[in-house]
Amino acid sequence: MPLNRKDLLGIEPLSVEEVNLILDTAKAFKEVSTRDIKKVPTLRGKTIINLFFEPSTRTRTSFEIAGKRLSADILNISASTSSVVKGETLIDTARNLEAMYPDIIIIRHSRAGAPQLLANICRASVINAGDGAHEHPTQALLDAFTIRENKGQIKGLKVAIIGDILHSRVARSNIHLLTKLGAEVRIAGPATYIPVEIEKLGVKVFHHIDAALEGCDVVMMLRIQRERQDKSYLPSLREYFNLFGLTPERLKRAKKDVIIMHPGPLNRGVEISSEVADGPYSVILEQVTNGVAVRMAVLYLLMGGKYEEVVS
Amino acid sequence: MKKLLVKGGRVIDPANNLDEHLDLLIADGKIAQIGKQLEDKEAQIIDARELIVAPGFIDMHCHLREPGREDEETIESGCRAAAAGGFTSVACMPNTNPPNDSQSVTEFILKQATQKGLVNVYPIGAATKGILGEELAEIGELKETGIVAVSDDGHPIYSSNLMRKALEYAGMFNLPVIDHCEDRELSAYGVMNEGYYSTLLGLPGIPAAAEEIMVARNIILSSLTNGQLHIAHLSTKGSVELLRWAKEHGLRVTAEVTPHHFTLTDKEVCTYDTNTKMNPPLRTAEDVEFILQGIKDGTIDVIASDHAPHRGDEKNVEYADAPFGIVGLETAVPLALDRLVTKGEISLSRMIAMFTVNPATILKLERGTLSPGAAADVTLLNLSEVVKIDVNSFQSKSRNSPFHGWDLKGRAVLTIVGGNVVWSSKPIT
Repeated sequence: MPLNRKDLLGIEPLSVEEVNLILDTAKAFKEVSTRDIKKVPTLRGKTIINLFFEPSTRTRTSFEIAGKRLSADILNISASTSSVVKGETLIDTARNLEAMYPDIIIIRHSRAGAPQLLANICRASVINAGDGAHEHPTQALLDAFTIRENKGQIKGLKVAIIGDILHSRVARSNIHLLTKLGAEVRIAGPATYIPVEIEKLGVKVFHHIDAALEGCDVVMMLRIQRERQDKSYLPSLREYFNLFGLTPERLKRAKKDVIIMHPGPLNRGVEISSEVADGPYSVILEQVTNGVAVRMAVLYLLMGGKYEEVVS
Repeated sequence: MKKLLVKGGRVIDPANNLDEHLDLLIADGKIAQIGKQLEDKEAQIIDARELIVAPGFIDMHCHLREPGREDEETIESGCRAAAAGGFTSVACMPNTNPPNDSQSVTEFILKQATQKGLVNVYPIGAATKGILGEELAEIGELKETGIVAVSDDGHPIYSSNLMRKALEYAGMFNLPVIDHCEDRELSAYGVMNEGYYSTLLGLPGIPAAAEEIMVARNIILSSLTNGQLHIAHLSTKGSVELLRWAKEHGLRVTAEVTPHHFTLTDKEVCTYDTNTKMNPPLRTAEDVEFILQGIKDGTIDVIASDHAPHRGDEKNVEYADAPFGIVGLETAVPLALDRLVTKGEISLSRMIAMFTVNPATILKLERGTLSPGAAADVTLLNLSEVVKIDVNSFQSKSRNSPFHGWDLKGRAVLTIVGGNVVWSSKPIT
């Protein structure tokens, strides 16, 4: 089965079958990264552009490694070294890149909807690597992959997403994905960080972390970026940690086999204590490992690859 | 000057409570006679059978961009768009560059309009110098030069003290103060309505409260000063309810609504099409319901386009970075006819009043009626013609409309200003 899509702009438009196809394909690709020679010829001759308008370590590197392990030619453009600093618009940048016939453009941008704008005018496939507070689909896919590996399946699990939901694209993509796959999704955070009418996405809202953690199978912590925000959201990081920081003590309310996830980068001592981040329940580095496999699957499927061919 | 005889149409003149099949004789730029079976051998005949003959439509809220942004619109092109859309008069907002806060800018606008404009242009003066909201503009002098209202347009008058003074001071000249009601601290960086769709799309929202707080404040200040307040483009349920309260209490408050705010909802933003970005933003289905109710029960007085031309490349950017606003002069009448009249929300006569006598009364224009002796501004409507909106055929210089490709039933087909046909959708015989 192929993925019949030109672009991957978000989780919201995907069907359950499409999500499962990507996750199953990723499973087949995961083994490649453990080989001595970590390369398959699948995307030989394909050109991939990593177009990053925001800083990123994990996601950019992950896409780059994924592309290289599939033998694609992949190159990186970051905003600070591009013509954006000369005032070129996104549309013009995209048109110029298109003129060099790339097969895939991976974009990260601070503005929600920027990947859509690109997809509207590009022949190349567009992958959203995070757009403003909108979506970060490959992050949610790698999170789901990690949950599936640890828990067998997603249906019926209790998952708490804790932190700044308002500004989080990771939260939105995960809410779409996990509710599609039948998990019970709880979100928790200060009232100032909960977007209006989020319940309509099928989640339960909590303002106390203890209640949200009760009986959870999975806890996802989100980064607090107070330094980049208007100061009206929170009185202090100290108070945030007191109210919402994940500590070993609090974690006792979750199930005994709970897993702790975080999309990174971590703010130790703000949303999560080091004991938890580095503790036995943490799968934070597994997430990073799985990111490569999931992105290989996405690149492969968008280029028309079929699941059956990977498995065989 | 040549005479025109508009024959056989259904004449609707809400100012005179008139709705019957009559002929209209126009001579010397004025309505000369109105009656049955009129004859005049010298007059050019306009066959209005199957058409509605209405007083010339007035758009009391548009942006003609001149001086300053002639790449987006000029007084000439904006007037042509107005004529093509069925408008015989427009009132233009002062957010030009330089802003219309001085006699010389008002004179320039009037001169351009006289020399190049197909329709009547009524400048709205800045309420404060430089539309900066710090000190009052020289409203007395502006009035003498020809403004019909004061407003800081998209820059709400933030200081309650200054808004009070503007209402008091403009009152001396019998000028309304038009305010774009928005608490800018509450709307902050918002680019769309705050609600389910802003949450879904990850775009910063503008809560309805940002508008309603200022509507409430302005109503209270109107009560304090007995000043004439006109609320620009109201968009929320709460604003309608506040306005209804103000009217029940006999305050001097009126309001307008745009066609997009009674036609579209914030769901449209899902495509990230920047032609769905305007301020106030598209609101929820519930807000639209209340607006329609406000239109039906007469709470809302006027339909205005908020015509806001923007250059294509400036609109074709990331949603958050695009300027607010859409063009509206050439879609307002078809939208009002299709959405309000054809769908049976209001009578045709009521809709015509919202485009004619009501704005004329608010701005104290001696227009908006077909009374004998009045200026011969006439708009002819065809209620059954379906028009396909095509931005590429717009007379406006700009193309930023979310209605491209829409089929709408009903349109203006002929526009007469001061006894001259300035626009006709078909050649007249």
